[in-house]
Amino acid sequence: MALLLARRLLQAALILLGVAAITFVLLYALPADPAVLLAGRNATPQTVANIRHQLGLDLPLPVQFWNYIVHLLQGDLGRSFNQKTAVAPLILARLPATLTLMAAGIAIEVMIGLTLGVIAAVRRDGAIDRLVMTLSFVGVSTPQFLVALLLLYVFAATLGWFPMSGYGTPAHLVLPAVTLGILGAGWYARIVRSAMIDVLGQDYVRTAHAKGVPAARVVLRHALPNALLPVIAMIGIDIGQFMSGAVVVEAVFGWPGIGQLAWQAIQQVDIPIIMGVTLVSALAIVLGNLLADLIAPFIDPRIRAG
Amino acid sequence: MSAGSLLRALVRRPVLALALAIIAGVFACALLAPLLAPYAPDDQIFDGLSLDGAPLPPSAQFLLGTDTLGRDLLSRLIYGARTSLLIGLVANGTAVMIGLAVGVIAGYFSGLLGGVLMRFTDLMTAFPALLLAIVLAALLKPSLWIVAMVIAMVNWVQVARIGYTETRSLSERDFILAERAMGAGNLRILARHILPHLVPTAIVWGTLGIATTVLLEATLSFLGIGVQPPQPSWGNIVFESQSYFQSAPWLVFFPGLAILATALSFNLIGDALRDLIDPTQRGRD
Repeated sequence: MALLLARRLLQAALILLGVAAITFVLLYALPADPAVLLAGRNATPQTVANIRHQLGLDLPLPVQFWNYIVHLLQGDLGRSFNQKTAVAPLILARLPATLTLMAAGIAIEVMIGLTLGVIAAVRRDGAIDRLVMTLSFVGVSTPQFLVALLLLYVFAATLGWFPMSGYGTPAHLVLPAVTLGILGAGWYARIVRSAMIDVLGQDYVRTAHAKGVPAARVVLRHALPNALLPVIAMIGIDIGQFMSGAVVVEAVFGWPGIGQLAWQAIQQVDIPIIMGVTLVSALAIVLGNLLADLIAPFIDPRIRAG
Repeated sequence: MSAGSLLRALVRRPVLALALAIIAGVFACALLAPLLAPYAPDDQIFDGLSLDGAPLPPSAQFLLGTDTLGRDLLSRLIYGARTSLLIGLVANGTAVMIGLAVGVIAGYFSGLLGGVLMRFTDLMTAFPALLLAIVLAALLKPSLWIVAMVIAMVNWVQVARIGYTETRSLSERDFILAERAMGAGNLRILARHILPHLVPTAIVWGTLGIATTVLLEATLSFLGIGVQPPQPSWGNIVFESQSYFQSAPWLVFFPGLAILATALSFNLIGDALRDLIDPTQRGRD
């Protein structure tokens, strides 16, 4: 177990190093020159050169990359070009908003997904089952901005139940979390259904039925726990997705999370922030998967033995 | 399968029949846009705005209403189908080709080359795809082709993994070993025996991937870094009218519906194709 963990951690570190390298190469190969952008329209070539020197952009690329990695290992993500402050605290300040939205979104996904998935599996090939299977595709086929704007139109602009945008109270959280939650729920339902169908066909479930255990108890206490493994894996994937994938929702609802920070940085070509957010998102993707792998043995002891 | 049995199969699955009809409709819009559209897509029609300059709601004259510049929304949506399908086909076609190439080469030459390619693929899996697409699209000068290439660069990874797994299992099968024993070269084995087996996978992902691509294009255009106005795309129509959505919700609703219907149809058809190719997976994930 310890050895496995060490191997996975080493792999994770290598992947992050690779992500850093690719981001670095991509951003410096792009035509947009941050020094020119920072200097403004009326700058003399001398000013541009000075700025380039200050930022270390006149050093050879490998040297720049080496400096970047060394700083990274010290937890230093560099300094923002535009805001003149360190990137790491900027990202940290946005973390609570993103984590709140992530937790609420995943909670909604899991609640709806488990309910619909279990019903679909129990009533296999029935009307609800077919509806759930189609709805799961609706969820992955709907643009986030459509749901976000429609929810805003109905529940904020027309009914006035929730604020249009912003952050701070639970009411602000509802619409963005519901947008992410209902779109993701369909796929959870699909995964739960598929796992439940497997489990419900197994001998021990038939034995429980034969012994006269009430049907609801068989489904919820005997079968469901064994169908949770794929859900855990999916949550692991979602953690990575939500860290960067909430750009649209955060933009529409003015939610001050990491996605919004990235979006603002991209418009200002603030390369250190873009790289920082990319790295943090990659870290979340890797950690999310790692977390799912680590939790799995506690849910299913067979994995621990194997 | 005869036409009659195909028809009967579709009657039994009305949702799938509807999906096929929608895709046929979108293709028709894209190909016949000048014939079908009641107005030119960038024609700022004289009476296309209300007296105080607001967009008009759906009416007999403008079936889906007009946008903030007094252009006919239906006509823009019909021309937008061109953009979406073009990007869908080009971007996803490229992604499937890159993915298959990487997957097949990595699976067949499983030594150093394969190892390096698959580690790179793993790396891309850990890369936040949407963020990567946004960064690339924002920093490069956005045009239709750039958007398509950005999407292709993000979307090939999944195909590569599937292509890799299938090639690995194929290349250890007896008939491939026999071929090799009889002196067939790598190129012949790849072209005659590996690639033909991957055609079904390519078709399934060629269909499912279009849904992802259409959505990603819409998202990039919605953020203002995809296809640039005045060229209509379903995403940039929403981008242009976003701040009016309270007074003119039809400008968000109809383009959104077009994106949803198209992506959903491609997903449902792709899923049905997957069932056809691998019946053991029917009704599973």
